[in-house]
Amino acid sequence: MKSHTTLPSRWSYFLGDMSERIGLLLFAVLILVVLPLGLDSFRLNNAGKYLTYAFVAVGLVLCWGLGGILSLGQGVFFGLGGYCMAMFLKLEASDPESTAIQSTPGIPDFMDWNQITALPWFWEPFHSLPLTLIAVIVVPTLFAYVLGVAMFKRRVGGVYFAIITQAVASILSILIIGQQGLTGGVNGITDLRTLLGWDIRSDDAKTILYFVNAVLLIGVIMLARFIKNCRLGRILVAIRDKEDRLRFTGYDVANFKVFVFCVAAAFSAIGGAMFTLQVGFMSPSFVGIVPSIEMVVFCAVGGRLSLIGAAYGALIVNYAKTLLSESFPELWLLAMGALFIGVVMVFPYGLAGLYEQYLKPWVAERFRRRLPAAEPVIPPSAVGQ
Amino acid sequence: MFDGYTASQLMSIFAMQGFAGLILFSVFLLMALGLAIIFGQMGVINMAHGEFMILGAYVTFLTSNFFQSNLPHFFGGYFFFAMAFAFLAAGALGYALEWVLIRHLYRRPLDTLLATWGVSMILQQVYRSVFGAREVGVVLPDWLMGSYQVTDMIDVPINGMFVMALTATITAAVFALMFRSTWGLQVRAVTQNRVMAGAAGINGKRVDRLTFALGCGIAGVAGSAFTMVGSTGPTAGQLYIVDTFLVVVFGGAQSLFGTIASAFAISQSQSTMEFFLSGSMAKVLTLLTVVGILLLRPQGLFVVKVRK
Repeated sequence: MKSHTTLPSRWSYFLGDMSERIGLLLFAVLILVVLPLGLDSFRLNNAGKYLTYAFVAVGLVLCWGLGGILSLGQGVFFGLGGYCMAMFLKLEASDPESTAIQSTPGIPDFMDWNQITALPWFWEPFHSLPLTLIAVIVVPTLFAYVLGVAMFKRRVGGVYFAIITQAVASILSILIIGQQGLTGGVNGITDLRTLLGWDIRSDDAKTILYFVNAVLLIGVIMLARFIKNCRLGRILVAIRDKEDRLRFTGYDVANFKVFVFCVAAAFSAIGGAMFTLQVGFMSPSFVGIVPSIEMVVFCAVGGRLSLIGAAYGALIVNYAKTLLSESFPELWLLAMGALFIGVVMVFPYGLAGLYEQYLKPWVAERFRRRLPAAEPVIPPSAVGQ
Repeated sequence: MFDGYTASQLMSIFAMQGFAGLILFSVFLLMALGLAIIFGQMGVINMAHGEFMILGAYVTFLTSNFFQSNLPHFFGGYFFFAMAFAFLAAGALGYALEWVLIRHLYRRPLDTLLATWGVSMILQQVYRSVFGAREVGVVLPDWLMGSYQVTDMIDVPINGMFVMALTATITAAVFALMFRSTWGLQVRAVTQNRVMAGAAGINGKRVDRLTFALGCGIAGVAGSAFTMVGSTGPTAGQLYIVDTFLVVVFGGAQSLFGTIASAFAISQSQSTMEFFLSGSMAKVLTLLTVVGILLLRPQGLFVVKVRK
């Protein structure tokens, strides 16, 4: 029984079936009510930072979990979105008055340190907030589009795609670090202060940004759920499981792959922009190979087939990372390595899979009358990709 | 970018940078050979390959320390023992890894990629705990020190030549093993058609495990050679892994000749450009070119027909 055929409203695509709705509601309550009430301002800001990774993880569920396309370069899109936002904030922070001591006032400080005397052309659009907001989405999506078209049209997929996206992540981070005068180099773009005159460093601003971020995340999850539940989602799963058969049926498989890759890139970019706003800087350490592959683990731990699970995964793994690297820094890499192996060998569908397998039957037993039987999150065909 | 150099200076620059590129080529090739054998035969991406190389480097470091303190008379020849130990250590670890982890994941190449990345993180941390976060270097025996002067402007370091000779020997050995031995015949048969090879009585699983161990062992030797030209730290392997993958993919995954050609092209272009541009830009340009060519020609430079 397909749930959306029994629910007449268009909203069912966004909300999913009853158990998915309850899951979304619980998640919304957690991030909109429980965390803000239970955490102090500093911890809440941290949680907001973790939730920006959830955007990436949700994108990866669509791209990797449903579509079977493993991108090891999501940090590229996270970084591009974040850098677009950071460039706007940096230009606002470097107005001629506050940079009067520089030899060229009115340009970002790191450019002045690198003997650059005029603002480079690609920085110019970032004087305007609307253009910046457009760029945050469009630049990474366009990049993903070019990359996706170039590869999927030529039927490059699987492991090759993963390696090439990883190489792209490596190239971009080397480029950013190398072009210190244009990008801020290895330190990144730091010392961001205001957004249209509004001080983003104050506690109040951070709380507001946390809520903006949380609402955006819920919106993105609903959008992703729409994609998952409508016909497109089914085509994606079909591509993952039997690509050739779909091609024989007459579908242009590449277009669907390009689309879902672009969507995942756009989601990551939103996360990156919100990261910059909440944390107050952006640096190449969120672009390269290591952060990109860590983002895959957030998704894998939460459950590569569950949108909400991926968001929980981002929260939990990052929380554990902070906890462990504060007290036992040498344990963190070991734990992370074990997590990579465990998530592949022991629980390939992550926490969401464990929930479906062990907890849900118990819950369903208790609420048998109220919950209709839901589709299992693990399709038998997904085993063995 | 050639302004301000005379023709003879340019010649010397190209010769010197070309030689530096040859050393880079040797390290790339030794790493890529192991990777290419594993990837070509099993379709498995071993993200921990760089850490196997570093294991070889640390084994070399330990061997040199042992010879220095216990057998100073034989110090000149420690390197040959170190290479053998590095091969055995990395090969044994590879054998164990295949048995514990990889063999369960042959049908899930993307998951193998993640799992071996986890292995690489664990190994990095182990190295850091055992050997410390600082880079270690080995003491070269006297006969490897110094350089050979070709002309007034061209100096050729002897350790570099030794590494190249070593690479040539190992590459020749790998080729002999792959194309002249019974075992190589089995490997090639399994690569081309696993089911048919099985029907002909070849134990595919055993071949897989030995191939994986051999690939890792070659990485260990690569690490041994690496200590001749650079110092070793816990994260040094990760620096080379992306380049090495690109070498393998660019060369065409199943072609060993392709691997050699692409290792040569990538290392030469990188080291020649390094003189005229900054190091990071040279690397960016090289990698971009490789990725660009791969987008136009995804199968790589050389293609071997394989029945899937």
